[in-house]
Amino acid sequence: MVSLALSLNGPAKFITWGFISVSVPNLIMIGLIIVFFALALVLPFPSHKQDGK
Amino acid sequence: MATMWTTRVRRATIEKIDPQDALPDNQPSYVASWIYVFGVLTLAGLAVIIGSGLVLTIRGASWWHTSNVGHYVNSVHLWSVELFFVFMVVHLWGKFWMAAWRGRRFQTWVTGVFCFLSSLATAFTGYLIQGDFDSQWIATQAKDGLNSVGIGSFFNTLNSGQALLLHVALLPLAVGIIVVWHVVLVRKNGVVPPLDAKEILGGAK
Repeated sequence: MVSLALSLNGPAKFITWGFISVSVPNLIMIGLIIVFFALALVLPFPSHKQDGK
Repeated sequence: MATMWTTRVRRATIEKIDPQDALPDNQPSYVASWIYVFGVLTLAGLAVIIGSGLVLTIRGASWWHTSNVGHYVNSVHLWSVELFFVFMVVHLWGKFWMAAWRGRRFQTWVTGVFCFLSSLATAFTGYLIQGDFDSQWIATQAKDGLNSVGIGSFFNTLNSGQALLLHVALLPLAVGIIVVWHVVLVRKNGVVPPLDAKEILGGAK
């Protein structure tokens, strides 16, 4: 049986820095936002070539 | 003779929006960019949220906490909300740095702001009605916060019945209406061109 490398059955771990407290899943989602935004700006968008061009 | 209300509604909707703008088959070349995809990705996320939410509403908390299928649908609902907000924030950043309120798009921008705010309120009430210790913790913490700003008696997070009805009835209705309004305005005014765009097509002004 394949076990998950990351357990999703317990409470999330929190990272605390001063008054800032954020769960690891939420931090991952914030990181994902930044990655998506950066990729959306730099990755070429697939498009059909028009006739004669 | 006074104009009939049906005529006024028609003029306020259909006659003000060119069918080519409402359902376009041609877009300016600058729309071929990934940054223009995140608005419709947000809508796709909303569709999954509504679909999974309807199933959860029909089956109830005892189902989503105790059965495998219930756990799955509950997780689909949670993660579609997470992705909905991820896509919405990327959409927001893209439009902010594009100054998307240009070209008489102020209403589009403002309805987008209200989409975001009403979605936050809907997501928050969702956390309140999970029916577990997590939701109790969030409710008591939020109760302190809302009391401190003087609205704790108006919006009582410890009242799970109020939170439930807000989450499944009033707030989704508000989000739905504002999102439709936002999309209609986008179609009416066209997508905003980049700051240095020279080509203006497809309803864009």
